[in-house]
Amino acid sequence: MAKQHVTAVINGEETEFLCETQQTMLDVLRDVIGLTGSKEGCASGDCGACSVIVDGRLVCSCLMLGVEAEGKAITTIEGVADGETLHPVQQKFLEHAALQCGFCTPGLIVAAKALLDENPNPTETEARYWLAGNLCRCTGYDKVIRAVMDAAAVMRGEAAR
Amino acid sequence: MSSLNYAAPTTVDEAVKLLAGASGLAKVLSGGTDLLVQLRAGRLKPDLIVDTKKIPGIIGIRKGSDGGFVIGAATPGAEVEANAELNAAWPGLVEALDLIGSTQVQGRCSLAGNLCNASPAADSVPALYAAGAIAVVVGSKGRREVPVEQIPTGPGRTSLAKDEFILEFKLPPRGPRSADAYLRFIPRTEMDIAVVGCGINVTLDEKGVCTAARVALGAVSPTVIMVPEAAQILVGHTLDADTLAKLDAAAQAAAKPITDKRGTVEYRKKIAGVLARRVAAIAFDRAQGKTNGKAH
Repeated sequence: MAKQHVTAVINGEETEFLCETQQTMLDVLRDVIGLTGSKEGCASGDCGACSVIVDGRLVCSCLMLGVEAEGKAITTIEGVADGETLHPVQQKFLEHAALQCGFCTPGLIVAAKALLDENPNPTETEARYWLAGNLCRCTGYDKVIRAVMDAAAVMRGEAAR
Repeated sequence: MSSLNYAAPTTVDEAVKLLAGASGLAKVLSGGTDLLVQLRAGRLKPDLIVDTKKIPGIIGIRKGSDGGFVIGAATPGAEVEANAELNAAWPGLVEALDLIGSTQVQGRCSLAGNLCNASPAADSVPALYAAGAIAVVVGSKGRREVPVEQIPTGPGRTSLAKDEFILEFKLPPRGPRSADAYLRFIPRTEMDIAVVGCGINVTLDEKGVCTAARVALGAVSPTVIMVPEAAQILVGHTLDADTLAKLDAAAQAAAKPITDKRGTVEYRKKIAGVLARRVAAIAFDRAQGKTNGKAH
């Protein structure tokens, strides 16, 4: 089959690309479009390093075909900051040192953003369950959770940026 | 690999024609959370992928003409879980589907995918069986309604013909004092595959005596199984100690598990009995309005 032509809105910009059926959305992001922030950890939907938001839903881009992006709006880690201004989740990850090697970080930040878009005031338990599909082998998660809870407070206007 | 074709038909007829006309293996794509893993691992080498998600009605939840819920086959778990009315009527089915994978997987995974992947350990399937759900199957010969327990025939195998797929699931209308529950046993709290799963759906009378029951077990047989002997023990009784003991024994007797890395035969049989007791207790409590909280 010839390569397929797909039009999607990626990080707010209408984007056209060509892909083969078996290429995942993650393959397309990294190898076709050149957005290499999303990572491939497991390629089986277990690690969450490839997390993106598709039409408002958090998904693993390794479990979605590139051709399925037709007509969809996709947010990747590259679309989380507002220009030079970091998203509160990104800022708090830095302040809390919620990363070490950094491989899982794009997925964690996208997943945390999706949580706070849906639930601005999560409990710690809700945040931990929401992020259960994002594996990190460095931090032990405590700093991650502190960063997410702190970012939530900032976004609610209850704490300083 | 570049010979793999993709189609996203917008009608049932178009989808059925594509499946019927495929020269080699054709696979139906819903959320893809199993299919893409199998493609990647090289376990499946299809010639055609038919993405059903653009077919009207295949995503979404509505009420049928009989008042029962109708759930589109490819509706993602996150959308099912967000439906308050469905949660109130079928908390067991919702909690079972919600147990599949992570938040990310919930953004895509579907009841039809979980059923047709035909894993014996699929979490939503015992709850679908217990609910008495009917699969609306479409194909070249038209439309047929199939009890869900007739769909899986073995690990990874189903009774669907090459040109057939599931369009939606019909749940029976909900009467008073009826409720369901699902529990699975895993050695942690999240992100694992059931060692044993159990779904139970009951209807009680005003005195708390069971008038109808369906019991299903997962991960103890090549497919999820109905356990009518266990259901029969519940009917005509309240959930007293004697009934619970008999239910436990019936569940253990029906379980025909294998020993693998998740547990031994003996362990799985024991857990099947324990889960049946616990799930029955939750379902009875819910049917009597004692709790509507989540089982997890």
